[in-house]
Amino acid sequence: MIEVKDLVKTYGSKRAVDGVSFTVRRGDILGFLGPNGAGKSTTMKMITGFLRPDAGSAYVDGIDVTEDPVAVKRKLGYLPENAPAYPEMTVEEFLQFIAEMRGFRAQARRAPVERAVGLTHLGPVRNQTLETLSKGYKQRVGFAQALLHDPPTLVLDEPTDGLDPNQKNEVRTLIKNMATEKAVILSTHILEEVEAICNRVIIISRGRVVVDETPAQLQARQPKARLDEVFRSLTQSDT
Amino acid sequence: MSQVTPVFKREFGGYFRSPVAYVFLCAFLVISVALALSKFGGFFQSGVASLERYFEFYPWIFLFFVPAVGMRLWSEERRSGTIELLFTLPITTFDAVIGKFLAAWAFLTLAIVLSFPLAITVGYLGSPDWGVLFCSYAGAILMAGGYLGVCSLTSACTKSQVISFVISLMACAALLFLGLSAFTNFLEGFLPVGVADAISNFSFITHFDAFTKGIVDPKDIMFFLSLMGFTLFLNVVALER
Repeated sequence: MIEVKDLVKTYGSKRAVDGVSFTVRRGDILGFLGPNGAGKSTTMKMITGFLRPDAGSAYVDGIDVTEDPVAVKRKLGYLPENAPAYPEMTVEEFLQFIAEMRGFRAQARRAPVERAVGLTHLGPVRNQTLETLSKGYKQRVGFAQALLHDPPTLVLDEPTDGLDPNQKNEVRTLIKNMATEKAVILSTHILEEVEAICNRVIIISRGRVVVDETPAQLQARQPKARLDEVFRSLTQSDT
Repeated sequence: MSQVTPVFKREFGGYFRSPVAYVFLCAFLVISVALALSKFGGFFQSGVASLERYFEFYPWIFLFFVPAVGMRLWSEERRSGTIELLFTLPITTFDAVIGKFLAAWAFLTLAIVLSFPLAITVGYLGSPDWGVLFCSYAGAILMAGGYLGVCSLTSACTKSQVISFVISLMACAALLFLGLSAFTNFLEGFLPVGVADAISNFSFITHFDAFTKGIVDPKDIMFFLSLMGFTLFLNVVALER
């Protein structure tokens, strides 16, 4: 379970995140929407303990990220935007490294790596270096890395970015299948994705939460309009 | 503390996954040996079975070599975004800083130790004082650590490897020049001798020279160790900022 309370982050004179609060329960897939620069990634980075909030905090299973970031990081799987990874390593080496960092000792590393490779269908490229992989595969490696330790909570920053329609579909199915026992937050620009897999939507605009409801409720605001038209009318002030 | 090992292994292995390591090692050995054998070094002309003429150039070679090895430590992680991955894994900043530092230091140590054929040559041609020789190697390794601490710190402050390199170079140069006799004489011209001495005490040369003469003084060891400790502490602060 992820609980976010009054998070604030300021860059210079710009308030990137301005008092964001919400809760994600086990079984929830929360779609995090908003125009570019609205504060989605910043919020996620604060939840994962990468950025320190100026005020407020995030709690994962009741642990305060500002007090015990390492304990929170153990419970989280995080896919950063663009899935950064070390280009000179092979997929296998990279996942072994992540497993070791996650505290799996020599023999115990095999099973989680196998599981992550299986779930994300990385078998064919296991021994290729990351710099030679296509965008889709790189994204999947980022996914595998986030899932490796079977975390109770997942934070995914644009998980389907750069994938072709088939791969998008595959990733969505994967997230959906896992979600029953996990709390998932995913940010996206694609509204159909939210309709397809999320059971909650948060729209964030200028660092504030403007909508927190189910996709059906969001649609009900303007029953005849398409979802992206609803989105536009809610975030128009942001441009 | 337990997570230092994987950071170390990845970083150290990283040097050898690309041609970088081999280029560095070759360049370092060729340049350092060539300087010693040249007419500036006078390795053979001196007619003494010691590596003093070889180690004499170390503070100068390190001035370029160590920033080149250290510049990528953090700048590269920042530029490629992997720093976000690293710091969302369950490790502390301290673990990461120490792991990376030790990896780069081990690499530098490897470079220094690979000059062993020269020591063997000296042993074959004459009868060197092996104590002095080992002492010089230990001093060189400690000095590399001191330089590296500075470079790791500057690398943590910027995304750009070039900026990191230039700033490390300047910082190391400052620490080097403080000990040159020309510079201390200049200082003594207008500062009390005590103050000038104190300033030159912050130099790599002052502390490294003793090692090459076979003197192991705890204060020289402390100098390098405390320089490393101080820069690595600032390194953690810079990353947590």
